[in-house]
Amino acid sequence: MTTDPATAAGYQDPPPRMGFFTDTSVCIGCKACEVACKEWNGVPEDGLVFTGMSYDNTQGLSADSWRHVAFIEQRRPAGEMRWLMASDVCKHCTHAACLDVCPTGSLFRTEFGTVVVQEDICNGCGYCIPACPFGVIDQRKGDGRAWKCTLCYDRLAVGMEPACAKACPTDSIQFGALDELRARAAQRVAAMHDAGVPEARLYGHDPDDGVGGAGAFFLLLDEPEVYGLPPDPVVTTRDLKAIWGKVGLGAVTLVAAGIASFLRPRH
Amino acid sequence: MAECHPVGFQWVMEAKARGAVLINVDPRFNRTSALADVHVPLRAGTDIAFLGGIINYVLANDRYFREYVVAYTNAPVILREDFRDTEDLDGVFSGFDPQKRTYDTATWQYQGEGSPPTTGSGGPGIKGITTGEVERDETLQHERCVFQVLKRHFARYTPEMVEQTCGVPPEKFLRVCDLIAANSGRERTTAFCYAVGWTQHTVGVQYIRTASILQTLLGNIGRPGGGILALRGHASIQGSTDIPTLFNILPGYIPMPNATQHPDLDAFIKAESAEKGFWANMRPYLVSLLKAYYGDAATADNDFCFDYLPRLTGSHSTYETVLAQMAGTCRGYFLMGENPTVGSANARMQRLGMAQLDWLVVRDFSLIESATWWQDGPEIESGENRSEDIATEVFFLPAAAHTEKDGSFTNTQRLLQWHHAAVEPKDDARSELWFLYHLGRRIREKLARSTDPMDRPVLDLTWDYPTKGHWNEAEPDAEAVLAEINGWRTEADGRHTPLSSFGELTDDGSTTCGCWIYCGCRAGGVNQAARRTPGAQQSWVAPEWGWAWPANRRMLYNRASADPDGVPWSERKAYVWWDPDHHKWTGHDVADFIADRAPDHQPPPGSTGIDAIGGQDPFIMQSDGKAWLFAPSGLADGPLPTHYEPQESPFPNLLHRQQRSPGRELMPSAGGNNLYHPNPSAVFPYVATTYRLTEHHTAGGMSRWLPYLSELQPEMFCEVSPALAAERRLAHRGWATIVTARNAIEARVLVTERMPTLTVNGRVLHQIGLPYHWGPNGYSTGDAANELAHLSLDPNVHIQEVKALTCDIRPGRRPRGPSRLRLVEDYRRRAGITDDTGREL
Repeated sequence: MTTDPATAAGYQDPPPRMGFFTDTSVCIGCKACEVACKEWNGVPEDGLVFTGMSYDNTQGLSADSWRHVAFIEQRRPAGEMRWLMASDVCKHCTHAACLDVCPTGSLFRTEFGTVVVQEDICNGCGYCIPACPFGVIDQRKGDGRAWKCTLCYDRLAVGMEPACAKACPTDSIQFGALDELRARAAQRVAAMHDAGVPEARLYGHDPDDGVGGAGAFFLLLDEPEVYGLPPDPVVTTRDLKAIWGKVGLGAVTLVAAGIASFLRPRH
Repeated sequence: MAECHPVGFQWVMEAKARGAVLINVDPRFNRTSALADVHVPLRAGTDIAFLGGIINYVLANDRYFREYVVAYTNAPVILREDFRDTEDLDGVFSGFDPQKRTYDTATWQYQGEGSPPTTGSGGPGIKGITTGEVERDETLQHERCVFQVLKRHFARYTPEMVEQTCGVPPEKFLRVCDLIAANSGRERTTAFCYAVGWTQHTVGVQYIRTASILQTLLGNIGRPGGGILALRGHASIQGSTDIPTLFNILPGYIPMPNATQHPDLDAFIKAESAEKGFWANMRPYLVSLLKAYYGDAATADNDFCFDYLPRLTGSHSTYETVLAQMAGTCRGYFLMGENPTVGSANARMQRLGMAQLDWLVVRDFSLIESATWWQDGPEIESGENRSEDIATEVFFLPAAAHTEKDGSFTNTQRLLQWHHAAVEPKDDARSELWFLYHLGRRIREKLARSTDPMDRPVLDLTWDYPTKGHWNEAEPDAEAVLAEINGWRTEADGRHTPLSSFGELTDDGSTTCGCWIYCGCRAGGVNQAARRTPGAQQSWVAPEWGWAWPANRRMLYNRASADPDGVPWSERKAYVWWDPDHHKWTGHDVADFIADRAPDHQPPPGSTGIDAIGGQDPFIMQSDGKAWLFAPSGLADGPLPTHYEPQESPFPNLLHRQQRSPGRELMPSAGGNNLYHPNPSAVFPYVATTYRLTEHHTAGGMSRWLPYLSELQPEMFCEVSPALAAERRLAHRGWATIVTARNAIEARVLVTERMPTLTVNGRVLHQIGLPYHWGPNGYSTGDAANELAHLSLDPNVHIQEVKALTCDIRPGRRPRGPSRLRLVEDYRRRAGITDDTGREL
C-alpha cells in the first residue's frame, strides 16, 4: 500500500488524490480536449504540419501540446476496419522522475497529488526532459522553459474540473478522486469483457507498476505500443539509489585497494 | 454525426451504453463508423437503391407494422386507373412531358379526385377529400391500392440488385435489414439520422421520401426513439427556413406568391390552403404576418397589403442568381456569413458572377475568399481576369459573433434556444440585426418624401424596434423582434396582448404574428426560448428547456404513438394517450392533435378545415390526415422514389432505361463554365464525394482563421484507397491533382484503408474523398473542392448535387497560371465534351 504522493510530499491532511480516467473506447476523436486545453492555458499553436498519420496532425505530447489525440487505423482478422482514437496526457506519476531530477524545485507535487511546473522558477536546464519515461515534458522553443499539463491546477483550486474533461462530449475523459476512478474503471473493463470485448484493458492503473501507478490512467483496446505508449514504463530515477550504492561500493573498493597497495611490506 | 455533430453525438453514445445498435452507412469509414456496430460502405449516389432494398425486404417478409400502416397511412387508398409506375414505363411515371421535362400529376391522384393546388414548402393539399370520399381497401389487396402499387414499385430492389448497384454484399445488407426490422414495432423503435449526404443529389428529396416510406411502414413515425432526424449544417439553419432566407417561402412555410397564379389574397388562399387540416387556416396565418410587416397600413380594404409582397416569376434559387449575375440582370449582392466561392457548387462560377455585379456587400469575421476574389482569386492568379477590369464595388463590413449579440438558434428538433450577448464586439463589428435595421432606416429616410407607389412597400413597413443604447450605437432589441414573431392581439384601447398559440390568430387584422409556427415562443410576454430548467428537475421530455415549435410540442405527429383506440402501442413506448375520464389527450408531451378529439371521432360528411380531422388521423398537416406512402402531390419528380443514377456516373442504371432523374434541374453551360461529363467516361473514371471534417466548419470562415483549429487539420487533402493510390501512382503525404470539366484542384494525399474498394456491377470502383473546407485565404489554406462541382439540382428544392460526381486524379501539384485552364481544356477535349454533353433526358 503506497503512501499517497501528497502525504509523502509533506502535506498535512491533503484532499483526495485527483486524476483522470480516459476511457478510449468512447472517444470519438473530436479533439475538443486539445482545443479546450490550449484555450484555457494559453498554450501556443505549434505548427501546421500535415503528418499523414491518419487524422493526427498533433503527433505527440510536447511543451505546446498537453492533450494529444492518437488515431490508429487497423484491419481486424475478420476483415473489418477498426479506428482506435485515444486522448493522451501527462500521467502525473506517483513516482515522477521529472520531479525527482528538477534541481530548482520548479516542479512540485500539489496537494491534489498532481505534478506541476512553476514557470517563474524553471531555469530551462532541461534535466526533466530525458527523465520522463513517457516523453511528455518538453522545452518550449523560443522560451527555454519546460512546460506540461498542470491538470488545470488553477481550476482544481476552485472546485472545477480540468478544461479537457469539461469539454469532452462523451465523457471519455473522466475527472475525479483517483480511488473512485480506479474502481469505476475496473467495473467498466469487466463489463466490456462480458459484452464480448476481451481486448479491453487498463493502462497506468496499477500501483505496483514502474511509476507506482499513474494519476492519469487509461482504458485501451489494444497493446500500449499500438497507441505509442511504453509497455512497461519505469521511473528513470528508480535505480538511482542502487546505482549510487554500487558507485559507493566501487569507490570504497578503489580506496581500499589504494590503501592496501600502500600497506604492502617494502621489499 | 460524430464528424459533424460531436456534441450531439454524445446522446448516440448514451444510447449505445444502454444497448442501442448503431448502423453507419457512408461511402467512407469516418469517426461515426469507428463507433458503429455495423459500417456499410456504399457507392455515393445509390441510397435510394439501398433503402428501397430494405423496403422490399420489409414488404416481402411481412415485417411491416400492419395495424399502424392500415390505420395511419394512405396504404389502403385506391389510385386512379390511368396511373402508370416506373415499372410500367421503364423509368418514368405517367404524365411526363419530355419536352418540358415536367410531370402533369393528374394521373397520380386518388381515385375520384380533382387536381391539387401548387405549393411552396408547406403541406400539399388535396381538394375535396374528407373521410368517406376516398376509396379504400382496408385489406390492402386491391390491385390499385397504394400498398400493392408500392410492392410492385420496389419488387426488383432485391439484395442482388443492391449488391450490383450499391456495392453492398448481400450478407451485410440482409444483416442491416434484419436489425432494423427486429428493432421496430410495438415494443421497439428505430431512428434514422441523415444530413447532406442524402440531400445533395438531383434526387435528394426522393432520398428522404424513401426513408419516410420505410419508417412509416415500420411504424417509426411519431413514436419515441423513432423518426427521421435531419442533422443540420450550422446552428440555426432550421431557423433560416422557419423565418426564411429562402426565395420561395414566407415565415412559417407559407408559399411565396407567384406573379401569374396569385393576383390577390383570395386567389392565393384558394390556391394554397387545404380544405382539411391545419393548412386550412392559411388566411389567419398570412393576414397576421401581413399585419406584422405593414401594421396599420394593412387593412381589409387593401387585402392587408398582400400586393406589397414580392412575386415569383420562376425559380430564383442561389444558382439561378449566379446565372443572373453573369447575365447582368442581378446587379447587387449581400453575403452575410456565407462564403460561396468556397462553399457553393462550381466555385469558379460564383466568382465569375460576382465579377459582373455593380456592388457586393460582404459581412463576416475575416476577409473570406468571397470578399477578396477580385484581388487574389484563382482567375487573377491565372491571369484570366485582371483586378483593374473588374468593376464590382466591394464593401467588407466586420460582423459580430454569436457571443457578441442577443438572438436565438433553432435546431433540428425545432427547438428555439435564446443566447445572450456575453461580450461587446470589437471596434466596428456589428450584428446582422443592427446592420439591417439601420440600412432599412436610412433607406426609408431617403425615400421619405417619395410619392411613387413603388416605394410604399418600403415606407409602409413597421420599422419601429426599440434600440438599446449602451453599446453598438443603438442595437435593436432582439427581444422586441421575438415579441413580434410571437405575435399579439391588438385590443380596443391599442394595447398589445402577447399570444400563446396560433389557434388565436384571426383573419380580420386584429392579430399580428411574424411566424405562426413560432406563436407561443413569447407567451405571456415571457421569453420561453430562454428557459433553462435543468434536466434533473423535469420530465425526460424536458419541456422547460427552451421552446419548440409548434406549441412547445417536442415530437410531431405523436398521436401515432397510440393505437386507433388511443392506447399506447406498448407501455415501453408510451408517449401520448387518450384519457377517457377527462375526455382529452394527455401524456409526456403536448399531444399533436386536437386536445378533446376522441379516438373514435368520425367527422361529419362535408366537414372542412380542422373539423375534418378524424380521431385516427395523426398526420394533421396532410390534407387527408394520413402518412403518405404514395405522394399524389407536392413533389416535382414522382409520387414514389426511384433509383436514378447521378448526373455524372460511371455506371448504367441497372433498373431502368431512364438513366437519370428525367426532371432533374440542369443549369446552362454559361459560356463553358458549367459543362457535364459524358456517362460513362474513360477520362473521368472515378467517383468523388465531398464531406466535412470535425475540425473545420463549412466554408472555413469560422475555422481556417483560428490557429487552434487550423493546426488540427492544416491542409486540404484527398482520401484514397491503397488500390487507387497504386493504380494512379499517388504517394502518401504527396500531392495529387483532381480534375473535372469545371476545374482542377490540388490536395495532399492521404492513403487509407478507410476508403473502401467496392465492387459495383461486376467491376472495381474507386471513390475519392474530398473535404470541402479550404480556400486560398486565412491561416490554413488550400484549394476548394467545390471548384470541381457542376450545377445540377434537385427540382423540388434546388439543392446542388455535390455528393457524387465523376473525376480523374493524377499525382503531383496542379499547374499554376494559364496552364491550369489549359489542363482542364485538354481534359474536356479528350472526353469529347460540348455544351450539350450530359443534357440528354
